[in-house]
Amino acid sequence: MNIQDMVNVLHAKVLCGQERLETKVYTACCSDLMSDVLAFVNEKTVLITGLTNAHVLRTADMLDLKCLVFARGKIPGDDLLEQADEQGLVVITTPATAFTACGLLYEAGLRGVPIEWPESEARL
Amino acid sequence: MSNTLLHAEYPVEAEDYTCAGEASADIKRKLKQLGVSANVLRRVAVASYEVELNLVIHSDGGVLSLEVTPDRVRLISKDRGPGIPDLDLAMREGWSTASETARSLGFGAGMGLPNMKRNADEFDIKSKVGEGTTIQMGFLLT
Repeated sequence: MNIQDMVNVLHAKVLCGQERLETKVYTACCSDLMSDVLAFVNEKTVLITGLTNAHVLRTADMLDLKCLVFARGKIPGDDLLEQADEQGLVVITTPATAFTACGLLYEAGLRGVPIEWPESEARL
Repeated sequence: MSNTLLHAEYPVEAEDYTCAGEASADIKRKLKQLGVSANVLRRVAVASYEVELNLVIHSDGGVLSLEVTPDRVRLISKDRGPGIPDLDLAMREGWSTASETARSLGFGAGMGLPNMKRNADEFDIKSKVGEGTTIQMGFLLT
């Protein structure tokens, strides 16, 4: 799946990075907790979130993420979008809630980012 | 030290959420210029951002230092207090004393310290209530 496919599935609007819609997406993560995102996500993952502050961008920058999806039709400020563009991110916004956006993407074949726990931290 | 390739210090102020992350972004940029591999770069960036946020969220202010030698990247966070009363509890995933402000920004999930430890090859934390906390992390380059 590439970002253009996600745009189609989510009836999303592209807020920046229009020229990078061919970028491939391998896995997804949905969270408003940037601490969790920092713990589990890799650069091939798309982040679906309802949080639109500067720390989402910083988190994406630290992880070299390629695409952010804002749920519930949220649109960040122009300053954030400029920064996102500089970072080489594609940012899209979908009217769907985070739950529905995840469902639609899952149905279209996208899967969650695999979480690899060290054996010492294994849990249910 | 003569074999130091790079040394930088970043003062980090308590509760300065606007600038939080700037030091880590600069550290990542510098290491990228040095040609550090993508895997190490990502682990350093995540640990650096977590420790920088910890300084902003929990400390009375401090300094984040970066040192690069041919064999490793070293990050040292040293704050001016208040210190952690129970380190075992602080290291536990999910445990957090973060403020509502930090939580509203997407932090304070109690993942910071465990996440630093997971990403670093070497991790050491020392803390004394009333004095402060020092965290040292090493990332092997060879």
